[in-house]
Amino acid sequence: MTQIPAETTARPAPRIRVELVDHEISLQPLRDFIVDADTGAHAWFEGVTRRMTGSLQTILLSYEAFVPMATRQLNALAEEAAARFSLTAIAITHRLGEVPVGEASIVIGCSAAHRVGPLAALPWLMDRIKADVVVWKREHFADGQTQWIHPR
Amino acid sequence: MHCRVLLFAAARDLAQSDALAVDVPPPVTAGAVLDAIARRYPHLAPLLPVCRLAVDQSFVTADAAIPPGVELALIPPVSGG
Repeated sequence: MTQIPAETTARPAPRIRVELVDHEISLQPLRDFIVDADTGAHAWFEGVTRRMTGSLQTILLSYEAFVPMATRQLNALAEEAAARFSLTAIAITHRLGEVPVGEASIVIGCSAAHRVGPLAALPWLMDRIKADVVVWKREHFADGQTQWIHPR
Repeated sequence: MHCRVLLFAAARDLAQSDALAVDVPPPVTAGAVLDAIARRYPHLAPLLPVCRLAVDQSFVTADAAIPPGVELALIPPVSGG
């Protein structure tokens, strides 16, 4: 019986890109990163500053992070997601500083041969990011008030 | 043991500083560090029950022993994404 060499059966290591940035997130570099001729599905999530929270009008959100720890956490989550959902590539960018209404605070893009993995990876990642990654947002309301958001 | 603790978000605003220092009597655990912060910085006390402690950038439970020389961070509930 012919033995298939191990290197042809092993899946290549997933490509991972994690960034914390202090400017508007541009999608094209992320798209370029997750594109791969052997992928048939690219899935995206953008979290965007929303104007109204209940009856309160938001002007902008500002984000701060414990940057080295958040970077480590995001890399670990990206690795785990890639393994769990058979991803070919994954890019996570979180914006810090001021994020005006309508602009993205987080963008996640991931790719795989088929759609099931990337589509399932996005909610899995967002739930974990919101639970554990050391980033905080502060609401800046139209009436001039500001408030750190510390969900309990 | 003398412990320096990094502060973020509402905790940093309440303390008006990005770090604080406390002396923690042995045995030095994460819970004992939080208790010492509550005694020394009473205005932080209301936030502490919902905070976690990170040791060298990993979360620990209240009973975790804190060795000398590690980096401590007080982590209020996160709200990224």
